[in-house]
Amino acid sequence: MMISDGVAEDEEKWLSAGIAGLQQNAFHMHRALDSNNLKDALKYSAQMLSELRTSRLSPHKYYELYMRAFDELRKLEIFFKEETSRGCSIVELYELVQHAGNILPRLYLLCTVGSVYIKSKEAPAKDVLKDLVEMCRGIQHPLRGLFLRSYLSQVSRDKLPDIGSEYEGDADTVMDAVEFVLQNFTEMNKLWVRMQHQGPAREKDKRGKERGELRDLVGKNLHVLSQIEGVDLEMYKETVLPRVLEQVVNCKDELAQYYLMDCIIQVFPDEYHLQTLETLLSACPQLQSSVDVETVLSRLMERLSNYAASGSEVLPEFFQVEAFAKLNNAIGKVIEAQEDMPIAGVVTLYASLLTFTLQVHPDRLDYIDQILGACVKKLSGREKLNDSKATKQIVALLSAPLEKYKDIDTALNLSNYPRIMECLNDGTHKEMANVIVQNIMKNKTCISTAEKVDALFELIKGLIRDLDGDTHDELDEDFIEEQNSVARLIQILHSDDPEEMLKVIQTVRKHILTGGRKRLPYTVPPLIFSSLKLVRRLEKQEENVSDDEASTTPKKIFQLVTQTIEALTSIPVPELALGLYLQCAEAANDCDLEPVAYEFFTQAYILYEEEITDSKTQVTSIHLIIGTLQRMHVFGVENRDALTHKATGYSAKLLKKPDQCRAVYACSHLFWLDDHDNIRDGERVLLCLKRALRIANAVQQMANATRGSSGSALLFIEILNKYLYFYEKGVSQITVESIQDLIKLIRNEMQGDASPSDPAADAFLASTLRYIQFQKDKGGAVGDKYMLITD
Amino acid sequence: MNYIIGAFKPACSITISLADGKSRKQVALKKENGKTVLIPVFHNQETISGKISIEPISGKKVEHNGIKIELLGQIEMYFDRGNFYDFTSLVRELDIPGEIYERKTFPFEFPTVEMPYETYNGANVRLRYVLKVSISRNYGGSIVEYQDFVVRNDSPPPSINNSIKMEVGIEDCLHIEFEYNKSKYHLKDVIVGKIYFLLVRIKIKNMDLEIRRRESTGSGTNTHVETETLAKFELMDGAPVREKVSPVTFSESIPVRLFLSPYELAPTYLNINNKFSVKYYLNLVLVDEEDRRYFKQQEITMYRLSETS
Repeated sequence: MMISDGVAEDEEKWLSAGIAGLQQNAFHMHRALDSNNLKDALKYSAQMLSELRTSRLSPHKYYELYMRAFDELRKLEIFFKEETSRGCSIVELYELVQHAGNILPRLYLLCTVGSVYIKSKEAPAKDVLKDLVEMCRGIQHPLRGLFLRSYLSQVSRDKLPDIGSEYEGDADTVMDAVEFVLQNFTEMNKLWVRMQHQGPAREKDKRGKERGELRDLVGKNLHVLSQIEGVDLEMYKETVLPRVLEQVVNCKDELAQYYLMDCIIQVFPDEYHLQTLETLLSACPQLQSSVDVETVLSRLMERLSNYAASGSEVLPEFFQVEAFAKLNNAIGKVIEAQEDMPIAGVVTLYASLLTFTLQVHPDRLDYIDQILGACVKKLSGREKLNDSKATKQIVALLSAPLEKYKDIDTALNLSNYPRIMECLNDGTHKEMANVIVQNIMKNKTCISTAEKVDALFELIKGLIRDLDGDTHDELDEDFIEEQNSVARLIQILHSDDPEEMLKVIQTVRKHILTGGRKRLPYTVPPLIFSSLKLVRRLEKQEENVSDDEASTTPKKIFQLVTQTIEALTSIPVPELALGLYLQCAEAANDCDLEPVAYEFFTQAYILYEEEITDSKTQVTSIHLIIGTLQRMHVFGVENRDALTHKATGYSAKLLKKPDQCRAVYACSHLFWLDDHDNIRDGERVLLCLKRALRIANAVQQMANATRGSSGSALLFIEILNKYLYFYEKGVSQITVESIQDLIKLIRNEMQGDASPSDPAADAFLASTLRYIQFQKDKGGAVGDKYMLITD
Repeated sequence: MNYIIGAFKPACSITISLADGKSRKQVALKKENGKTVLIPVFHNQETISGKISIEPISGKKVEHNGIKIELLGQIEMYFDRGNFYDFTSLVRELDIPGEIYERKTFPFEFPTVEMPYETYNGANVRLRYVLKVSISRNYGGSIVEYQDFVVRNDSPPPSINNSIKMEVGIEDCLHIEFEYNKSKYHLKDVIVGKIYFLLVRIKIKNMDLEIRRRESTGSGTNTHVETETLAKFELMDGAPVREKVSPVTFSESIPVRLFLSPYELAPTYLNINNKFSVKYYLNLVLVDEEDRRYFKQQEITMYRLSETS
């Protein structure tokens, strides 16, 4: 650190010394310019430029010095121009500046006068340019040479004998312009490359960095070339590109090759690249093996892809030059040539080629499969990928076709697609599976055959089951997210053909059953619902084509469903299984399959009895059972009695009294169905409600006993509402007296000294009474009934 | 004061004026006392004529034993100071012994004078031409006045003028080839050439082209050689060096373009009157990072080309 600081400090010192020297001489130069003293102007400008002869500055600092000199030279150039209008011959001036003994100032002055010379048109621009670029060979010091030639490039840019330029000569002068720039480029590149090999080996990295700072000086030449009007495709193909590539290949320098290849790709137009693809690509395998060719090629393909995307009218160009074959071939060669290319590089290349192909040949699935195949070849036989860069690229590679086609179908048709998935490590596999699922969801892709579903689930097996080595047990958020995605995916699978749909369901079932206890709670429900959806669909169809000897019958599906739900029993999620059984029962009900429905209820009851022990869960489960049972109409009296009996039995056996009370009054609904004449058992409704009242009383007594105050009257009010409901329905067993008694009872309860004030109960009662009043006011048959109720 | 000084003043003033003195080309020449004066230029076999006017200091007469004018071509060796060698000596008698009372003018003429050598001011030798007017007297010594003039002789362009080409090197270390377009240059000429670098394994800092003048005087054991560098012209900054490169595939050329006009050069003089020679050399110097110099010297012939042609 100490040393490097010292160096930086010294450099700062040298720079300021250089600037001071430059300014001092510039001052004298200005005076000479003001007094039109050519001799002194030359003398002081040469001295000023001598400051650029320093070897002590880094490129960065040297640039600062150079820029100051550059500004001064502009003034000098104006002076030279005036001098020629005052009668001094430009040819003489051109000689005069060459008298300077030191070469660097001499050449800067020569370029400056040369610029005036060209403008004067006393000699053809090409001759002057040729002389300048040739004379600049005298500077072989890399840094100084680069800056000098950059100066030359700068002053000559607007003076090239280009087509349409005022400096255009008689014939073929564009060639001279190109020749000039090419030569300057070649020399600059040589200097730039040479920089790497000079100085002590230990500063190699530093030199690499410094060279990086200078690269644009070299690259600028390519930019100038691309700006020359006269460089048409023909000339680019015949002269510019071969010459540039020759230099790039021959310089054998990693940094230069990488940068310049990229430069070529970026500065010249796309259609030129397309038409010279072969030449450009043939250079790639010739580059040094350390060059990051994959990035170069990727950039090229990226550009071409964008070009292809710019409009369909350019596509024929691509076909005409067989762009795909050439690129594919080149990539193969590069990979072959660079044995130690990292796998990430290989994948990057293929990913870029794939993007390109998708853009240019969206209809050629065989190409895409070919690319994937080549990739598989490279990947197989290795350990699964763990390199994060490579996996990222693979994900990109595999995602590209999905994004393009918006249809997993296409990917499923690619035989090599799953084979690449095989090469991924578990994490990446999962990630990719997720991408696939998201893609399907986003595009609402309909996957309708069992075969495809099978392939798909095989593809996303990372989500479906534990892959080896993946045994962590905690259910993190990501996992839940993933499984929810799978659930959604299952829901989305659909075939219009019931038979096929059944097959799809069977396939899915086969896959998800391998998922293990962690996944089943997420994957089974959607499958069940999907199956029940199919059952209902069949039910509707059967009305039309009932005689069809279809193998797909609701019965068969129910069997499948039963077996599927049974899979859940191995995991203790009884409340989920119970819910599913009840859903199934309802579906069976809709299909008029009494035995099936009964069986489902039986299963649900067994679960309730044997598995559900938590009292809270019991409460929700019993309400579920009651609710479902209430809607069942398929059962005969016996079956129904058996089930309702059990249900009321369960209700009365709940642990907490209020829960008991509520379950029991809910049971009352099991005996009175509006739209079923045979289920209108007022006696038993009353029985249920009375029982509920008894329990409510017991609750109050218990409260008195344990806390010395009676509990809330809430339960009574709830029961009152049930009374009113059935009264309104016309259950004869519910009498006006019983309602009035109940209201009285409630009032007593609430006014009692011991009773605590309960705003919720007050409000509930008030609104119940308001309801009664409302019905009375409304009049009509119901209103008449209510009129009977008096407080 | 003036009176005393007046006593030592010469009795008369002598003015030498040349016939075409106003129109004749003049060049600046540095005198021994450091002053530069303008001096007329002649060339071989020119006629030198003019007038001498002698004007006595007011009111005095000048007695004399005769007045003559001499044209002298002299070679002066500095190490043999005071010893002039006249290679040309022409005399004209202007007046017989007598007295001069007032300003008197004498015309003179040296027709087609042989002046084969050029005027030269070197490190150890000087070649000069002079007109010498002497008024010999019996007392007070002779009164002498000199007028220097310069002789410059043009040469026709040489009929044969080959380029100089040469390969030099140090084995496995440095191998270069250089080429200058001519071997004979006139004084305002331009040296154009190329230096090819075939192999460079030493770290060269820069390369200069020098013009050296080698003056040798005397003969035999008495020979004095003096070499002066008249021009130092940087040809190359840095070097086209690349390590680990086979010499065959690698060749860089550095251009040479040296204008001779800014330098004070004179033609090559070979064995002038058996007294001295002046030769010119181009010296190509490569300097490495340890300031070691590697050089190769090549003689070139300088000649004076007629300026009108």
